[in-house]
Amino acid sequence: MSTLPRRRVTRLVVPLIAASLLAACGGEDPAPSGGASASQPAEKVTLTVALFSDFHYAPLYEEFKKTHPNVTITERRSQFNDHHNNLVTQLATGAGAADVVAIEGGFIATFQQVPDKFYNLADYGLTSRQSEYLDWKWQLGLAADGKTLLGLGTDVGGLAMCYRPDLFKKAGLPTNRDEVSALWPTWDAYVETGKKFVAGGVKDAAFTDGPGEHFRAMVEQAPVGFYDASNNLVVATNPDVKKAFDMGVSMIQNKLSGKLTAFTPEWTTGIAKGTFATMVCPAWKTGVIKDQKPGEGTWDIAAVPGGGGNQGGTHLMAPKQGKHPKEAAELINFLTSKESQLTLWKDASALPSLPALYEDPAVSTYVNPYFGDAPIGKIFTDAAKALKPQHTGPKSGDVLLAMGNGLSRVELQNQAPEEAWAQAVADAEKIK
Amino acid sequence: MATRAPDRPAAPPRPPGKRRRFNGRHWRYQADVKGSPYAYVAPFFLLFCAFGLFPLLYTAWVSLHEWTLLQDEHEFLGLDNFIAVVQDSYFWNATFNTLSIGFLSTAPQLLLAIWLAHLLNRPLRAQTLFRVTLLLPNVTSVVAVVVIFSQIFGRDFGLLNWVLSLFGAGEIDWRAGTGTSHIAISTMIMWRWTGYNALILLAAMQAVPRELYEAATIDGASNLTQLRKITIPMIRPTMIFVVITSTIGAMQIFAEPLLFGAYSVTGGQDRQYQTLALFIYENFARLDFGYASAISWMMFLFIIVIAGINFLLTSRTKGDLR
Repeated sequence: MSTLPRRRVTRLVVPLIAASLLAACGGEDPAPSGGASASQPAEKVTLTVALFSDFHYAPLYEEFKKTHPNVTITERRSQFNDHHNNLVTQLATGAGAADVVAIEGGFIATFQQVPDKFYNLADYGLTSRQSEYLDWKWQLGLAADGKTLLGLGTDVGGLAMCYRPDLFKKAGLPTNRDEVSALWPTWDAYVETGKKFVAGGVKDAAFTDGPGEHFRAMVEQAPVGFYDASNNLVVATNPDVKKAFDMGVSMIQNKLSGKLTAFTPEWTTGIAKGTFATMVCPAWKTGVIKDQKPGEGTWDIAAVPGGGGNQGGTHLMAPKQGKHPKEAAELINFLTSKESQLTLWKDASALPSLPALYEDPAVSTYVNPYFGDAPIGKIFTDAAKALKPQHTGPKSGDVLLAMGNGLSRVELQNQAPEEAWAQAVADAEKIK
Repeated sequence: MATRAPDRPAAPPRPPGKRRRFNGRHWRYQADVKGSPYAYVAPFFLLFCAFGLFPLLYTAWVSLHEWTLLQDEHEFLGLDNFIAVVQDSYFWNATFNTLSIGFLSTAPQLLLAIWLAHLLNRPLRAQTLFRVTLLLPNVTSVVAVVVIFSQIFGRDFGLLNWVLSLFGAGEIDWRAGTGTSHIAISTMIMWRWTGYNALILLAAMQAVPRELYEAATIDGASNLTQLRKITIPMIRPTMIFVVITSTIGAMQIFAEPLLFGAYSVTGGQDRQYQTLALFIYENFARLDFGYASAISWMMFLFIIVIAGINFLLTSRTKGDLR
């Protein structure tokens, strides 16, 4: 639900005119006034919740109202990019933000940089929830200072590797998902498997779509990514980034890649037509695959190499413009609670971010018939559980784009790998 | 041609005492005559000030600062952003792409539009139908056009590559190369605007006196000769208008490359089809408003230069015809 198949669409912007007009109004914070007035229980309170799709919260609101009869909740939804861009303008201009806002993983780094625009949920006792959460998911909700608690996590987007058993069979590789997972405990083993696939001589199909997503997954598995803990860009010096880049290059040089970029027409058509046999698969990509109607059982799901991973997932935050921080914090606490997350898994297939729920039979035994009865709940939550926390820097998305472009240049324009690396690093370093 | 209204005949001299005396009706009449025209045009100018002039000036102000949207402090930089823009090779790359796509789309478009207008500039059955059909591509949404053309220019399953393969040509990755991507994007622009420009040229052609063609026909001039020797010289001012508007339109190409690249704000892995507008957008998307505003102003200067050339050309052509 909250992780739309729109990763490529994550960076859109506020129209120039609106932004400059509104920015002129000044960016003053409204005085926080909620504390005192909110403590009177009888006062009627209206909370606005801003989301970017249907999170299936409606029954939960009703539940919340039972314990908070004075609270009325209105929900507003806008399209994925608009939602986040609107929030940027609302925060910049000091007006219009909802009491509770959903922020997706691709945008969260932007908001971590401006903790003074949000209520510190630690002031409302929510730090107590820390022990329930996946460590990395909790860390994502903290501001850049590592102390201020900006938001609590809702769902996660665990990572897996989707593959086509039919093409694997043609290439003489195992097709059973456990055996396939065993083929690639590491990324090196994944590349080796790819070489075997190519040697298997399957016509008109590459081993995988393109190296970009693999590069991303590998970087995100490392202890340090593009930024160090104090937000310095370490792309040039972090050996793990270079290693991931070199893995991408070796995928290209061994002809494992179908030279495809995710979400281009060739890519989406290729899902149905079978022009590539594997792709890095966050939980939400199963929806993208289904949309292309490749047929039941055409795609199956195995574990991702390198041990775990995540893409996407959402946090709930309370902007300081809201006048009822206490109620907002209580609502956030309620919506992210164990019971709510289990309900949302059942109603909306949102993967919980609380590991205690991963043992729940509703999650652990869930199988999806479209993917050959793959135990989706278990595969994706295993990946989420295995992921180690990594500090996300302020412009990680832009840096990722620059590095991915470097790999594409090697692939599509025969740029020398060293040259592509140097240019990508220079591009990343130019990003302010 | 703005000619001054002839001066009114001088009013008979009035007695000095009566001059400054006017009753209410007279005053209202005066206010109506003098004020109404301004009131009529005011809505446009008010809206223009709010949504045109003010953002323009405010963008200039922003461009002089280190301005990140979410930060409250904006450090004054003077012209540093502009210096950085001029030294930024990606800026010049975007400028080159914009000009290249602009040329590739405008030049064939103009030829095609003249040809189409010429075909329609004769007695035809169902004339209106043809003219409306010309305009149809223009009323299609850009997004729809780009989505369809992205399919046509697809590498693996594209219609065009399939047709080319019938002639034994190899698979072309239209997105990957500079030239190929520019051709693809120019085609989308031509698809949308050729018919529109043909209609404008058609209107101009219909203002050409029939006698010229009749005389030429009697003299035995062929259809093509008539087009070359009569039509084109007679509609030259309109042609220049079309060229200029197309060029200015080409400066603002944005949706086509963005959607063609599946939302790649860099316009391809090597920025091979990143236009100026897309380059601005990339920087706005990073919330780096200062730098993006500086690029916007550079683009504004380019457009002023083009408008200046427009002015020189049109005033010269008018001189020729007179």
